[in-house]
Amino acid sequence: MSAGTSSLLSVRDLKVVFDGRKGPLTALDGISFDIAPGEILGVVGESGAGKSLTGTAVIGLLDPPGRIAAGSIHLAGERIDNMSPEAMRRVRGRKIGAIFQDPLTSLHPLLTVGDQISDTILTHLQVTRDEARSRALALLRQVGIPAAETRIDHFPHQFSGGMRQRVVIALALCAEPALIIADEPTTALDVSIQAQITSLLKRLCREKGTAIMLVTHDMGVIAETADRVAVMYAGRIAEIGPVEEVTQRPKHPYTAGLMASIPSVQHRNAVLNQIDGSMPRLSAIPTGCSFHPRCLASSARCSKERPEHGSTLHAVACHHPLTDAKHV
Amino acid sequence: MSDHDAILSVENASCHFDVSASWLQRVASRAPRRLLKAVEDVSFTVRRGTTFSIVGESGCGKSTLARMIVGLQSPTSGSIRFGDICRADGKVEMPRLQMIFQDPFASLNPRWRVGDIVAEPIRELKLRATEAETLTRVSELLVTVGLSAQDATRYPHEFSGGQRQRISIARALATEADVMVCDEPTSALDVSVQAQILNLMVRLQKQFNLTYVLISHNLSVVRHMSDQLAIMYLGRIVEIGDAEEIFKSPSHPYTRLLIDTIPQVDAPNRAREPMSGEVPSPISPPTGCTFHPRCQIAVPSCAVDRPELLTVGGRLVACPHVRP
Repeated sequence: MSAGTSSLLSVRDLKVVFDGRKGPLTALDGISFDIAPGEILGVVGESGAGKSLTGTAVIGLLDPPGRIAAGSIHLAGERIDNMSPEAMRRVRGRKIGAIFQDPLTSLHPLLTVGDQISDTILTHLQVTRDEARSRALALLRQVGIPAAETRIDHFPHQFSGGMRQRVVIALALCAEPALIIADEPTTALDVSIQAQITSLLKRLCREKGTAIMLVTHDMGVIAETADRVAVMYAGRIAEIGPVEEVTQRPKHPYTAGLMASIPSVQHRNAVLNQIDGSMPRLSAIPTGCSFHPRCLASSARCSKERPEHGSTLHAVACHHPLTDAKHV
Repeated sequence: MSDHDAILSVENASCHFDVSASWLQRVASRAPRRLLKAVEDVSFTVRRGTTFSIVGESGCGKSTLARMIVGLQSPTSGSIRFGDICRADGKVEMPRLQMIFQDPFASLNPRWRVGDIVAEPIRELKLRATEAETLTRVSELLVTVGLSAQDATRYPHEFSGGQRQRISIARALATEADVMVCDEPTSALDVSVQAQILNLMVRLQKQFNLTYVLISHNLSVVRHMSDQLAIMYLGRIVEIGDAEEIFKSPSHPYTRLLIDTIPQVDAPNRAREPMSGEVPSPISPPTGCTFHPRCQIAVPSCAVDRPELLTVGGRLVACPHVRP
């Protein structure tokens, strides 16, 4: 999708560096993507690929020594990457909601869930305490908490993992933000609960027109939930496009390798495809294409010239993208 | 069940934990003792050289069962037996067991060099006569699991998660183990690294005729690895049999729901009905069939009668309402 007035979130050439004793480490480099209103963009990658960091940069929660060194982030036409911390605090929660992996640590253990939700509503919206409470109750019902009237006065430890994650979703939704950053929202949950949470997110997204940036390492969750997907490798986007295209007809050798290394539930293979080696450390990112030392299709050009992904619908940052004919 | 090449047979094993309050509080509040039935009446047999997998959601008792097999937890009732193994030198003895843990960052001593970590079981069990032979064996093991002999002098923190899991495997192999109990061996790893470890495990199984007891919640990993499969729900086995058969045609409603709810890369944006409800607390499980509150085909009698494991088309299923 090209940058346009239609996009809700627009990230351009984002570069995040960490200043260290041995000089700056580049953790994210040249990240560009857009999210349209009501769209779910999946961001997938292995540990250390920079997927969570991208989410953190968007909500303005980068901790020093991390900082945005270049690029821009626009939310609904407004630039948010250079806002003051105070102004950013008002954007967070009001315009961007966040859901994190561990629902127990994202909730205050000493406040009832009702108080936490109404406090957040009062912070962002001009309503009375009673209105805030009735809104909180409606939200808890919406996210599927049974007997919400009594559960509203319970503390987080009285909820199970799946129910807690529903409370966190209610909390993220309470000021009706246009965008939600969901960082591994289902990783800490069991598969049957995971399915409930992803379909809840999908339903809310459809009903309210909320856009979601879904950060996860689980390709299965992305395939089921996202409209588009960005595959990250060593701080860069390797491939971005519609989810059917990327999962079924990957163009980047890394995506293809990643897809083939997932054991299938539908049939059994004798040997899994493996990508030898591991993701490079930030201090030793190879020149040119950062994937070239592990890539079977690499050429001399790959080690010298860094590939860029264009702004086509299914964009790939590779000098030798796979064509359909090469797929088996 | 008896099988001449059975290396491990678990018979009616149960493990209960007393989770009552202290006696003073119980007297004061007139509360009864409370028992957590982590594993309840579980039986199965594992044949040598095969992979037996135990699947279930958190709290179903799969890790307790693994701990019982390796002897870290003694069963409250029932028995766990091992079949004898004939060694190459004619000795007949009990199989050697080893465990591979989930978190490779916590299961290796950070202050020890990799060489010492792998050599410890060899030195402890006096498997090699001299120190030189021990060191040769360590290098051999490191090469077997895909590391290099020079890695013996390095510390665990210098390795990535996948490489550390290889060190754990090398340590387990050092005892010349016959049975490896693997508790979520790849769930802390990335998918491409997971593929490396699973391929390594398959190769080692063929090379050393290893028997794996694999504990996992990841059904796609289980399908890839298993010969036999048991699905547990709240401490009980609900379905047990040939893994391929179960994946092809799951019988128990819980197995069916579990297989239906896994997100699949092969079928993007599949519309599906998520299973409602959650796993109840094992301290106060539902009466009758423990799955009945979440079951779509439940009838009133399910809340009363506990279903026994019945033979349905070559496997055992704990549900009277399924047809082969």
